[in-house]
Amino acid sequence: MDRIETTGGKWEVVIGLEVHAQIISNSKLFSSASTKFGIAPNENVSFVDAALPGVLPVMNSFCVDQAIKTGLGLNGNINLVSLFDRKNYFYPDLPQGYQISQYKHPLVSGGYIDIEKADGSVRKINLERIHMEQDAGKSIHDQSATKSFIDLNRAGVALMEIVTKPDMRSAEEASIFLRKLRSILRYLGTCDGNMEEGSMRADLNVSLHLPGTELGTRAEIKNVNSIKFLAAAVVFETARQTEILESGGIVEQETRLFDSATGETRSMRSKEDAQDYRYFPEPDLPPLVLDPARIEAIRRTIPELPDAKTTRLQRDYDLPSYDAAVIASEMEIANFYEEALQCTGSGDKDVAKMLSNWLLGDLFSLLNKHGESIGNSFVSPKDFAELIMLIKTDVISGKIAKDVLEIMWKERKRSSDIVEERGWRQITCPNEIESVVQKVLEEHGDKVTEYRNGKEKLFGFFVGLAMQRTQGKANPQLLNEVLRKLLTEGV
Amino acid sequence: MHTLSLYDIKHGLLGRKFSSVEATRRFLDRIAKHSHWNAFITVCEESALRAAQLSDQKIAAGNAGPLEGVPIALKDLFLTKGVRTTAGSKMLHNFIPPYESTVSQKLLDAGAVVLGKTNMDEFAMGSANITSHYGPVVNPWSRDKKLVPGGSSGGSAAAVAGHLCAAATGSDTGGSVRQPAAFSGIVGLKPTYGRCSRYGMVAFGSSLDQAGPLTKTVRDAAIFLGLISGHDERDSTSAPEPVPDFESFVGKSIRGMKVGLPQEYKMEGMSEEIIDFWKSGAEILQDAGAEIVNVSLPYSKYALPAYYIVAPAEASANLARYDGVRYGFRADGRSLREMYENTRADGFGEEVKRRILIGTYVLSAGYYDAYYLRALKIRKLIRQDFASVFEKVDILLTPTTPTSAFAFGEEPKDPVTMYLNDVLTVTANMAGLPGISVPIGLDRSGRPLGLQLIAPHFMEGLLLQTGSVLEKGANFPVLEEAA
Repeated sequence: MDRIETTGGKWEVVIGLEVHAQIISNSKLFSSASTKFGIAPNENVSFVDAALPGVLPVMNSFCVDQAIKTGLGLNGNINLVSLFDRKNYFYPDLPQGYQISQYKHPLVSGGYIDIEKADGSVRKINLERIHMEQDAGKSIHDQSATKSFIDLNRAGVALMEIVTKPDMRSAEEASIFLRKLRSILRYLGTCDGNMEEGSMRADLNVSLHLPGTELGTRAEIKNVNSIKFLAAAVVFETARQTEILESGGIVEQETRLFDSATGETRSMRSKEDAQDYRYFPEPDLPPLVLDPARIEAIRRTIPELPDAKTTRLQRDYDLPSYDAAVIASEMEIANFYEEALQCTGSGDKDVAKMLSNWLLGDLFSLLNKHGESIGNSFVSPKDFAELIMLIKTDVISGKIAKDVLEIMWKERKRSSDIVEERGWRQITCPNEIESVVQKVLEEHGDKVTEYRNGKEKLFGFFVGLAMQRTQGKANPQLLNEVLRKLLTEGV
Repeated sequence: MHTLSLYDIKHGLLGRKFSSVEATRRFLDRIAKHSHWNAFITVCEESALRAAQLSDQKIAAGNAGPLEGVPIALKDLFLTKGVRTTAGSKMLHNFIPPYESTVSQKLLDAGAVVLGKTNMDEFAMGSANITSHYGPVVNPWSRDKKLVPGGSSGGSAAAVAGHLCAAATGSDTGGSVRQPAAFSGIVGLKPTYGRCSRYGMVAFGSSLDQAGPLTKTVRDAAIFLGLISGHDERDSTSAPEPVPDFESFVGKSIRGMKVGLPQEYKMEGMSEEIIDFWKSGAEILQDAGAEIVNVSLPYSKYALPAYYIVAPAEASANLARYDGVRYGFRADGRSLREMYENTRADGFGEEVKRRILIGTYVLSAGYYDAYYLRALKIRKLIRQDFASVFEKVDILLTPTTPTSAFAFGEEPKDPVTMYLNDVLTVTANMAGLPGISVPIGLDRSGRPLGLQLIAPHFMEGLLLQTGSVLEKGANFPVLEEAA
């Protein structure tokens, strides 16, 4: 091949995403019904959601605030006037026969997210728009051979549709983008980002072209409900389209469905079958007109977001950029870290670094082992801070601390209690250590002679024995000092 | 008693000249006696008598509401909790609403006794009340020939004109209150868009629909309007405008008022008789001290075609919910698509289907700009037309309809000619303006005719003020016992 190898061979893959993010709100976009998840079917259904005759939508202003917050958090322009439209189609889980959405005049225009790739390079992914719309209900087809069931609990729940420009060039970029978007939404508290429960769903547009030429025909891929699947869908689709193009074929504009069982996409409908949604302005809702003061008030509620937090963690605590980025990548991790750091009561940068090492190392592997997220950690930030300070103040060694952490998880106890109960307090009295070391050396006179004759490797042997005698409680530094002294000075 | 106005019945009840039970009984008897008019789809005999009894107790106890014990009727598109609401369609033949419309709730709160639900054109689509699934309504003014009552609020118009109730609600999307009022010799008022809540009204054209009273007198319209008006947080398009004391406008002098006669409302082929009545209406107002001015509303001629794009477009979406899935009529099918098709093919009548098709067509890709978008532009121009005219005059006077009521069998056979019935009334809906039809006289064949007044937004008071002068001058006859 005469072209550089990219993800798609000589072809460059171009990806755009349409992310549906469910707005965190107690009630639906246009009705007062609850949005609680996991409740019995059709429990959260008002007359409006069921589209009884005569009902009218009433805007939930909290949902609007949430969408504005999202727009600001994603660097978008909030439009002071936006309009709602009806998107018409028939389906049993769409009671009105139309979805109320924003078509020509969305709430937010533009915006961007910077993503950092594994190689450290940063790419700006631009957003086209963010608009608000109502979700449909759910059709359940697998309960009966002859009947379908409808659950309208989700019908009318508020969604934000976040549409990117076709700015991503690989599965990696798309995955990082989606992860970062989810992280920001969680920081903002506007979407819980839970893809398994469907509160965040992504459709992606994938096309191939030769770099420097105009964009190719895209396929829209639906039903991608995890970041892993997103990457899989891009890889599959890239391969599929490459094969078509390499064999001189033409990529059809179509909607394809991702099958998570096979990791493949399959055609759902072609362009000819594309629905005509007959959008027109929603006459039941006046234009959404925003007061700039409202937007400014919302702007003031936006918390520190991942990029700013990463920079601050590096600056204030000298954390390496990788550590800072990992901590800032999820609000729960960042909150845990900062709360624990505060509990240490220490302004010492060493403590900050130790805390980061222990969090990203030992506590993370413990969480992984138990399949828990940081939000569900049995070790609280306060207890974790105490553990770190026990190490820092030489009450226990780092080695003992690993065991203490395991026990903290298992028995839900504080580290100081565990250390006291088990008498694991580090021996820091030089005399005590000296007497142990002396004993060890006495018992292994031959080895001492060997050591003194140049077999210095035996130093570790003596350390091991002394540690054994103290059940590992000897302060390692002190032990080393005493041992070295006695070995050189003679017994 | 049954020929009394709402105002007189209200005061008769308060003065204990008759009881609400007596009045209710009388109207129920008359409804039964004149069942051949087919004015009602559902009569609520038991609940009406029960309500009347309660009202009598309240009157006796001295805590009567403003409409305590007065028997009224509701067009069958106002949802009534526990009482079947059909919108004149087979589609809702079995639909018993679980909630009450705001307008009917306000009337109930005022103490009104609801006699029943009146017949109407299916989903309010029609100008003669001949599209109802429950059969046509007969105009009580019929003599030798059976006349249509107008539509779509034909049942309400017939019920009021034929003294089957003291007053009734209607809804007006393109003239559905004013046109049947004119055909039936009564008063019909369409308030400003947003004056009354649309919550609980079966929607036709959401940007055009307004509830309005059909009454025997202008004063009755004022009383009724005052009770059903006001902002409703459940309808985002209802206006937070203060509701004035409408009754206080009735009988007020119109001296010095400028009344405009829009020249474009003189339609080609309009009978001399109607033009004469229009002139005599203007003379009545002039005699009362108003100044008459000829004005121009140049975009009026585009109002009807634009209306027949906007209203069906909205209707095509509003009626999508009648799909057989959750409530109402369902026809079986072997697949979802077939169930949809059978349900909507059997559940909707011809006129409704025609308008759904028109609406779907004008919103379709490739046609939207040519039809819907242009209709919206025309709508804007019509609004501007009125705005500039209301800089010159206070109020407009026009005929309500281009003809008087036609006889069954003599109605226009093609839909487009039928749509011409709305030509003089749709402009007010397109501009969101309030309008009233007041009876002006009988034509040579004894059929009622009405004149329409149109006022600026939220100036219903002006309509009532001027309307009451017109009413007094016209001295329109009360329909005594009819055929």
